[in-house]
Amino acid sequence: MNLTEYIREKRKTKKILFMTHLVCGYPDFETNREIVRIMVDAGVDLIELQIPFSEPIADGPVILRANQLSLQQGTHVADCLSFMKEVSAQYPIPFLFMTYYNILFSRKVDNFCREAEQTGASGLIVPDIPLEEGAEYLKACSDFHLSPILLMTINSSPERLRLIAKAGEGFFYCVARKGVTGPKTHFTQQTIDFIQRCHKATNLPLAVGLGISKREDFEFLQGKVDIAVIGSAIIRVFEQGGYEALRSFLKGLR
Amino acid sequence: MSTDGYYGRFGGAFIPEILVATLSQLKKEFYAAKNNPEFWQEYVSLMSSYSCRPTPLTFAENLTRDLGGAKIYIKREDLNHTGAHKANNVMGQGLLVKKMGKSRVIAETGAGQHGVATATMAAKFGFDCTIYMGEVDVERQRPNVFWMEQLGATVVPVRDGTRILKDAINEALRDWSKNMDTTHYVLGTACGPHPFPEMVAYFQSIIGQELKQQMLAQEGRLPDQIYACVGGGSNALGIFTEFLKDKQVELHGVEAGGEGLNTGRHASRLSSKDGRVGVAQGYKTFFLEDEEGQMKETHSVAAGLDYVGVSPILAHLKETGRILFHAATDSEVIEAMRIAMKKEGLIPALESAHAFAYALQQAPKLSKDTIMVINQSGRGDKDIFTIADALGDDQWKEFIKQKAKSYESY
Repeated sequence: MNLTEYIREKRKTKKILFMTHLVCGYPDFETNREIVRIMVDAGVDLIELQIPFSEPIADGPVILRANQLSLQQGTHVADCLSFMKEVSAQYPIPFLFMTYYNILFSRKVDNFCREAEQTGASGLIVPDIPLEEGAEYLKACSDFHLSPILLMTINSSPERLRLIAKAGEGFFYCVARKGVTGPKTHFTQQTIDFIQRCHKATNLPLAVGLGISKREDFEFLQGKVDIAVIGSAIIRVFEQGGYEALRSFLKGLR
Repeated sequence: MSTDGYYGRFGGAFIPEILVATLSQLKKEFYAAKNNPEFWQEYVSLMSSYSCRPTPLTFAENLTRDLGGAKIYIKREDLNHTGAHKANNVMGQGLLVKKMGKSRVIAETGAGQHGVATATMAAKFGFDCTIYMGEVDVERQRPNVFWMEQLGATVVPVRDGTRILKDAINEALRDWSKNMDTTHYVLGTACGPHPFPEMVAYFQSIIGQELKQQMLAQEGRLPDQIYACVGGGSNALGIFTEFLKDKQVELHGVEAGGEGLNTGRHASRLSSKDGRVGVAQGYKTFFLEDEEGQMKETHSVAAGLDYVGVSPILAHLKETGRILFHAATDSEVIEAMRIAMKKEGLIPALESAHAFAYALQQAPKLSKDTIMVINQSGRGDKDIFTIADALGDDQWKEFIKQKAKSYESY
């Protein structure tokens, strides 16, 4: 079953799916392991594993610091690949890699995608590879059966949304506001208009992310999109209250 | 030279989707301006009334005589307003900001020169201004931070990553991806996503255009060699671009050799074996990165040269062989600076002193009818703390101690 089919199947019983995020090696892989278990137990439907990079330009302060601390502790790409292999074999939900293009480029895009497929990853999210630079990346994703999750943004024109729609697979990641990951997003009529523009451009499922941290956010998004993405908030909650806080936070969202 | 922002295999625009529309607007404005001959006239006239253009070409008579080889000329970018070539790019982009109708500018700065130049431009044109500066650089370049703030800019110390120039660029990109509707990012060097490398090189090319005219007027021919220091590459491209087609003119870029190319403590992306092709900060070039693509720490006595990447245009011209790249170490640079001060009464910035260091080593080996030009990209006054330390000047130390004491008694 491919990623799109998985999402459609799940949506038959759930109003909205959850995708969560963690930075590999932050605070360490042992903790990552436990966090993934808690996420799956709480009914999370998809998980992004971020391979840390020293220059994460699309990330705000929380994820930025997690990237840095992970690297300081000596996290290597190979460690993230083995972690992906372990959790994707252990749990029945799709896992995706999120990272920046230099991580792929450095390892040769082809090699990276081959390895990612072998570890059981379902797709890739690479925020600094716009369509214009994406030919090699998109081909490698297709060769190795990975869904390239492309971003649709609030300031992309309808023509551009159609181009993105043609190139992406799996689902689309709709960025509901300007800026980087972290700060709260206020959902307004503008958001609704934007989501409608995205639906018009594609029949594939839509995820909405950036600045989502509350039950109200999910309620707002229900019925409008297929997936709500929650990133920085997870790290914030865990840093403040550990596993217990994370468990009740995830439970409280549904 | 470029097709869609590529120079050979370098360049491009590796940016989040949220910035794609903003960069296309910038491209549109830039090409409209570039194709309008009146725009260049407007720019030249602004630079001659607000800065000190054309900057002089100084014949270094004493150095030429004492070294006994090539005839040495110095292009005096230090005489620009705010003391460096940075003003050229900043004022040019300022004109574009007015055309785009934006009200706020942001910039990264390493040494602080680009930050001061941007704050100056913002004050003149009435823009709000925020400058991102690595915390390490804020500490070592306090005088420039002082000036930026006096000029009305907000200086934000960047505490993430290695806390130097590259981290300031990341932070500026993050700000821009949120505030692009009102804000223009005045990138300070010929790096970053297309069209920045081309645009910055275009504004800086005024240096080489002047030099060519001055050379023809003073010597009746083109120079044989031109030397420039290379951080991001804007002053080098500024002086080289006009001569790229004049194949008889040798072009030499001098990078920061730091403590030596074999020590790992340097910032030589093109002249050392440590440079590796990668993609970061919006473009593809040689970076000082590890085998997994993580950026490494760099080192130079000159804050303006310790950048982890380098202009994609220079990376390409290195591969074609049109420009030759070398490195000068921290100690060679201090020595060159001492010589320039004593022999010619010139105070080059530590950055510019890299070009002096390498060029002055070559001069004695060259014949008397060889003409070389060194680009003095900035003035060294701003580096007084670093230079006084490097020279180990005891009276300066005493002065600082007294000064500190006088503040304690408040």
